[in-house]
Amino acid sequence: MENSIKILADKCVGCGICESECPFSAISMLERSEEHARKFKLAVIDLNKCTYCGACKQICKFSAVELKKCRPQAEIDKSLYKGVWIYAEQRHGKISNIAYELLSEGRRLAEKLGTFLGAVLIGSNIKSKAQELIDRGADKVYICDDPVFVEFQDDPYTSILTQLIKKEKPEIILMGATNIGRSFASRVAAKIHTGLTADCTSLEIDTVTKNLQQTRPAFGGNIMATILTSRHRPQMSTVRHKVFKEAKIETGRKGEVIEYKVDVKTLLNRTKFLGFIKSAVNYVNLLEAEIIVSGGRGLGKPEGFRLIEELAECLGGAVGASRAAVDSGWIPDIHQVGQTGKTVSPKVYIACGISGQIQHRVGMGSSDIIIAINKDATCPMMQIASYALEGDLYEIIPNIIKEIKSSKSV
Amino acid sequence: MNIIVCIKQVPSMANVQIDPETGRLQRDGVESVINPFDEYAIEEGVRIREKAGGKVIVITMGPPQAESALREAISKGADEAILISDKVFGGADTLATSYTLSSAIKFIGDYDLIICGRQASDGDTAQVGPGTAEMLNIPHITYVKKIELLGDKSIRVERIMEDGCDLIESPLPALLTVGKEINVPRISSLKGKMLAKKAVIKTLDAATINADAKRIGLNGSPTQVIKIFTPPQRTCGEKLTGDAKKIAVALVKRLSELGIA
Amino acid sequence: MVMDYMLSEEEQMIVETARTVAVEKMKPLREYYDEKEEFPWDIVKEFAKADLFATYIPEEYGGFGKGIMGLVLAVEELCKVDGAISLSLAATALGAFPILVAANEEQKKKYLPDIASGTKLAAFGLTEAGAGSDATGMTTTAVKDGDYYVLNGAKCFITNGGDAETYTVFAKTNPSRGARGISCFILEKGDTGFSFGKKEKKMGIRASSTRELVFNDCRVHKDRLLGKEGQGLMIAQATLDNSRPGVAAQALGIATGALNEAVEYARKRVQFGQPIASFQAIQHMLAEMATEIEAARALLYASARMIDSGKVKRTSKESAMAKLFCSEVAMKVTTNAVQIFGGYGYTREYPVEKMMRDAKITTLYEGTSQIQKNEIALNLIKEYISSSK
Repeated sequence: MENSIKILADKCVGCGICESECPFSAISMLERSEEHARKFKLAVIDLNKCTYCGACKQICKFSAVELKKCRPQAEIDKSLYKGVWIYAEQRHGKISNIAYELLSEGRRLAEKLGTFLGAVLIGSNIKSKAQELIDRGADKVYICDDPVFVEFQDDPYTSILTQLIKKEKPEIILMGATNIGRSFASRVAAKIHTGLTADCTSLEIDTVTKNLQQTRPAFGGNIMATILTSRHRPQMSTVRHKVFKEAKIETGRKGEVIEYKVDVKTLLNRTKFLGFIKSAVNYVNLLEAEIIVSGGRGLGKPEGFRLIEELAECLGGAVGASRAAVDSGWIPDIHQVGQTGKTVSPKVYIACGISGQIQHRVGMGSSDIIIAINKDATCPMMQIASYALEGDLYEIIPNIIKEIKSSKSV
Repeated sequence: MNIIVCIKQVPSMANVQIDPETGRLQRDGVESVINPFDEYAIEEGVRIREKAGGKVIVITMGPPQAESALREAISKGADEAILISDKVFGGADTLATSYTLSSAIKFIGDYDLIICGRQASDGDTAQVGPGTAEMLNIPHITYVKKIELLGDKSIRVERIMEDGCDLIESPLPALLTVGKEINVPRISSLKGKMLAKKAVIKTLDAATINADAKRIGLNGSPTQVIKIFTPPQRTCGEKLTGDAKKIAVALVKRLSELGIA
Repeated sequence: MVMDYMLSEEEQMIVETARTVAVEKMKPLREYYDEKEEFPWDIVKEFAKADLFATYIPEEYGGFGKGIMGLVLAVEELCKVDGAISLSLAATALGAFPILVAANEEQKKKYLPDIASGTKLAAFGLTEAGAGSDATGMTTTAVKDGDYYVLNGAKCFITNGGDAETYTVFAKTNPSRGARGISCFILEKGDTGFSFGKKEKKMGIRASSTRELVFNDCRVHKDRLLGKEGQGLMIAQATLDNSRPGVAAQALGIATGALNEAVEYARKRVQFGQPIASFQAIQHMLAEMATEIEAARALLYASARMIDSGKVKRTSKESAMAKLFCSEVAMKVTTNAVQIFGGYGYTREYPVEKMMRDAKITTLYEGTSQIQKNEIALNLIKEYISSSK
């Protein structure tokens, strides 16, 4: 049986709400034929574009959308899968902060499900780090320790995590939406044939079905979608920096450390790690910063970034930039926030001379507080700012710096 | 060197507006474009071909309308374009899409390198590239910012990490994903546009690529969207106007009340 | 909505391509090049890669074969963003027209493909310090010596001078014959005895280079002669008939760019509690600007189509009309754009003061507005006489 969707012509009143709601532009409003009793338009679905997501059915007040989804039954016995896992990412032997953030959310989900929280640690000479994870809430730590894992490579990491999943059968795995996490989570999910939901911003457990409800932004954060992996296990999600709070340390907490015996012969290892070039700017700083001061085209000149840096330093924040500033060659692209750059969600985002095109907003729109400094009070950034400062940034910023310094000295 | 570039047609973000009343996306007249990250993939494929010879085949899975994205890729230097299109592909999530693309690539056959944009600007998942590599059983490297050919059997790449760059060597065939750090895409030339206009674009359907019905479209998708909603819109909080000093004082006062400065 | 001028699909491709290059490549750098007064080589490369140098050159020489209309559309679209950087392209067309008009097959095959691909820029050398509007007053000479000509003298105010590779230069081969004693030669950068003088510092079009060409016993082979000896002034006149629509397009582009800026600013700028666009004084200015621009465009496109049709032998009058009208409109529109911006418009923070400076040149070069009027009147009277015979 195929999926089917149709508009019930006798119920549709031509209001057009579904047309504007459809995330895939698959609905258009057409005139009805002359002889039709109803004189208003009829919604028509382009099946080439429709993904059967059901957004139209959900929004329609007249029950005019009939959606039949054909769903095969679960392919696996879900009851065999137990436990919530987080992947404890490490870089050069140090556990990344994202792992601590996942531990706090993982703990919450595990308690809701009445199950344990496991953490997977893959690396070389990494055993000593297990207690850190236990201190932050892990009940079990699975350690895969071998020189082959000294540097991250997709092949061996995918092989080992897949082996471990097949053996232990967790029901949920959370990974960081980092360069590493996004890369090999996708590969692991494809290998074990399960669903993976990227960049989740909220996770909940359905109390009845025990399924994980994963909510994530799409279209650059303009719409949110809640996603289930109901027929497959494990349910895999990646989560961005700063979405969840770091788990607190509870020194001396008890947990189980399970060393997984690594048989190198069973690991794929086609690529060769040649070396690492450390960058002057670590952009985790940008992703993890509490305060970001960003400059855009309104700075007018590359020297403007000195002022941005000064303000950032004064607030203990990081420096960001709009694409316009990066493309003008005023600042390296590692600082770029927005669609083709980084997505950030600091406590405070200060946009200086950034008009706030949608491509920029999708990269920072979820910041707690947005401060915009701009001459043009009508620009989009000023419209969404928590504090919209109208005026010349070259006059305002030095005054802010002066003001902060004097308030600190008091 | 035969290079396959996988692209996706997405709604252009350039002119998407948000209805201030309802907070909904206004999609009227929004044009479809090549996913911005895929532009870099096409450019890199074409640059490698210009150096090493061979051909660049651009493929996309999508509705018949996606043909225009393929034509644009030809105007930017791709040699061939193939549309993978069938109603039964509808509703595919990243896993089903990876399977469909990998089936099509197996059907196309002879290739040395696959390049994808690092993620699509509509879904933002970054999952289809690695997933496709897994199903083709070839290595993949994401976030590549530099590609160096070592003969025709292997490559050396620089991969962007949060704290720097990893240097990695990989045998071919391999799949790479790229972003804006790798190149500056060319603008379609007049002659390229003429070629694109005349190009014949092949279409592959599910039967041709021998796709397993259980692994494509909605049925082959382990994830299901159960709800779509619009997040609350941000509105302007407080406007601070007046002379620069007054504005600065007001702001710092508020920041210190929030415990920030 | 924009007025529909029935552009062909290929013509629309030219417009779209030029727009993309202008917005993506040129716009971020326009202030830079205006301030630094550097030659915009990186953008010239973008024009070349997009085939924009090829629009008007016939397909058999590697061009896109879309005639004067093709050139006009490309130049107009580019100049909406920047009328100075784009001049590298428009002035190359001016330098190439003598070759298109008068060269033999061999010369065309030798020079045009490189111009079409943008590998080499061209320049046109007619004006001298003492011979501006009056070309017959030139003192540069070319004396025949066996199979060679020896050039001596200097040309001034040459756009692309020093940066171009290919030059079409006018010199007297027979000073006693006046207007019929002038010939046209192709010079190449690097020819012995051919050098460049100082770069002019200008009011506007600062991203464009304007230099003196100096000939000091410069020997060129006779296969560099375009057409026959004594045909120089005819070639120059035919060139200007073809190239003046290019200047008109530059003017029209600048004017349109300024109008767009003015409308946007008027909608945003709030005074007396409302956007200034709501004031009738501003509205009337905008309305006049828009109407004049549209009239200019209609005249220019009609002239370009007339030249491309090939049905009329001489189009001096129409080319001059298009250039006169478009350049005067550009000056008026850009001045009014600055007016609408008020004091801000006079600062370099906004692009309209630059547009006004750039626009001024279009009423001056390739014949001042006054010379265009002479040309128009002369042809008008000629036509009257021949029709009343």
